[in-house]
Amino acid sequence: MEATLASILAASTPLIFIVIGETITEKAGVINLSLDGTVLLSAMVGFAGAYESGSVIVGFAAAALVSALAALLVAYSSIALRLNQVAVGFVLFQLTGEMSAFLGDPYVRVPGPTVTYRPIPLLEDIPFVGKVFFQHDLVVYGSIVLIFVTYWFMFRTRRGLKLQAVGERPEAAHSRGVPVNRLRYLYAAGGGALVGMGGAAYSLGAKIGWSEGHTTGLGWIALAIVIFGGWHPYRAAFGVYLFGALQFSAIKLQDVFPDLTQVLGTLPFPIMIFTLVLVYSDQVRSLTDRYPALRGILGSDPPSAIGTRFDVD
Amino acid sequence: MNFADLWKRSRTGVFAVAMALVVGILLLLVAGANPFEALGVIIDGSLGSTARFGDTLMVWAPLVLAAAGLLITFAAGLWNIGVEGQIVFGAIAASLVAREVSGPTWLIVTLALLAGFAGGGFWAFLAGLLRTYGKVNEIFGGLGLFFVAQALAVYLVLGPWKRPGVASTSGTEPFPRESWLPTLGSTRLSWVAVLVAVIAVLVVFYLLRGTRFGLRLKAVGKNMRSAFLLGIPTGRYMLAAFALGGGLAGLAGAVQATGFHHKLVPSISGGYGFLAILVAMLAGYAARWIAPIAFVFAMLAVGSTLLPLKLGLDSSVGGVLQGVLVLFTILAQGWQARRQNRSDGVAAGPPEPPIVPGEVG
Repeated sequence: MEATLASILAASTPLIFIVIGETITEKAGVINLSLDGTVLLSAMVGFAGAYESGSVIVGFAAAALVSALAALLVAYSSIALRLNQVAVGFVLFQLTGEMSAFLGDPYVRVPGPTVTYRPIPLLEDIPFVGKVFFQHDLVVYGSIVLIFVTYWFMFRTRRGLKLQAVGERPEAAHSRGVPVNRLRYLYAAGGGALVGMGGAAYSLGAKIGWSEGHTTGLGWIALAIVIFGGWHPYRAAFGVYLFGALQFSAIKLQDVFPDLTQVLGTLPFPIMIFTLVLVYSDQVRSLTDRYPALRGILGSDPPSAIGTRFDVD
Repeated sequence: MNFADLWKRSRTGVFAVAMALVVGILLLLVAGANPFEALGVIIDGSLGSTARFGDTLMVWAPLVLAAAGLLITFAAGLWNIGVEGQIVFGAIAASLVAREVSGPTWLIVTLALLAGFAGGGFWAFLAGLLRTYGKVNEIFGGLGLFFVAQALAVYLVLGPWKRPGVASTSGTEPFPRESWLPTLGSTRLSWVAVLVAVIAVLVVFYLLRGTRFGLRLKAVGKNMRSAFLLGIPTGRYMLAAFALGGGLAGLAGAVQATGFHHKLVPSISGGYGFLAILVAMLAGYAARWIAPIAFVFAMLAVGSTLLPLKLGLDSSVGGVLQGVLVLFTILAQGWQARRQNRSDGVAAGPPEPPIVPGEVG
């Protein structure tokens, strides 16, 4: 049991970074639809960076930079060029994915550096909890801290309030002197950097190494989980761990149905997406209307200004 | 039209092509290859012989079919990213016919193509139902259905339709010869595939240009609320757009299965659905540009498969060039509009489809 939970936690780490990063970006009103390609490219760049420099940190930094640039490009094309975010995001999805295959060619199936295992002394000896939470590497600990820090930042600080204002009511934020578009650039880049770290966490920790299409599907599922998570860090994290549990059980079921190995591996993706149907069904809606207390758990409304432009004049 | 006008109209395109070439050349230099040699290999590999030209057209046909279908959903303001799934499901439906029906070739082929159209249309219709009744954004509904169709294809290839004895991801047993799309001479080029693609573009061109249905569909896409208030049943129009657009994507799948692979393989869609979205974007969502742009894309796709062999480069060069080309075209349009607005002193930007992907509820 402990081993199962620990491995789900470790395997979910990249997706935590990606989903939290995209949640922040979307909270500011920018949608980065390029995720599936950006994650591929950052996984490749993270591995290549670590391989060439011998330092995992360089790998993570390079991945964060590349992914932040992609997110900035989406923000720029929407804010400065008034282009459709979905269109630009989709093109970048295709382009970054192909670039990962092109630039990553020399690194396919090359053994390289990995994040080092670092159990936390004392804490790891706590029965059950120690084994689940405190026998991992720094990236896994970082992902857990990130969830709480993001929540605290978003809902407990002034800056977080401004972040929400920019995504919900840009006009109101603007009239209060909040630099709407500057903050959108900032949070697009910041969220993008986290997405990139998620990519690096994949190729340097969760599923070590690089091969073409290494992370395919991860970005799309992350975009779905952001919605499932209702743009809230805790619920988003819950979605990620739920997906991790689904994937784990799919792997376990492969022993029971060896004929269906490949099919079972793909099933968590549609299941996760169709959970969205449930979350948004009218039944759930009317339930949350009747019992407002449930809204925190079940209801989920996107930031009202998501995907839109804000012009100062 | 004088030269200045012509330049004004075409400069974004020229700029985008130039930028794509510059970026492409830089990338090839980084990879340590001679860019012009690579370009030569791509052109020779896609047009160099009758057989290669045939191969290029066999990529062109499904690409055109999927892109033509996407124009219908784009006209209705829908991002049908589930198009890949519709190709897969169309291929599955066509494969069922090709495996089970026996008779003369013309009959099997006709039935297989019809089955592909129905299958793709059905799969897109499901995404449409999710959108109109389940309030699930079509991007995610479509992606979910794509993963389901993909899982179904893998299941069929490894399970019920596996080759006798060995289940392998390389595909099912090849279909009987009678169900292959007829080809020209010794090439792999099927005239049926090309004909179907040409008809599809013409139909979509006419549909969006000259019919009441097309006009109303565009009204739904431009401003759904006004269209609804004017008495257009917007939900039904969106469903019709999904069914028609998905049907054409399903035809692409049928062509892939019965004309190219001659069996069902797990990666039957070949990524042509996503690629077709780029074709539609680069065409400015206009039917008359679909065929030439799809041809350039097909050349890049087919030609670059020779790169690993000849120059030791990864075959993704073609994909990178396609992406760069579309990205710079879109950016150039934005830059041009911005410059015009500045000189005119007007704040209005280019029209933008009112699509909000996060808007699920």
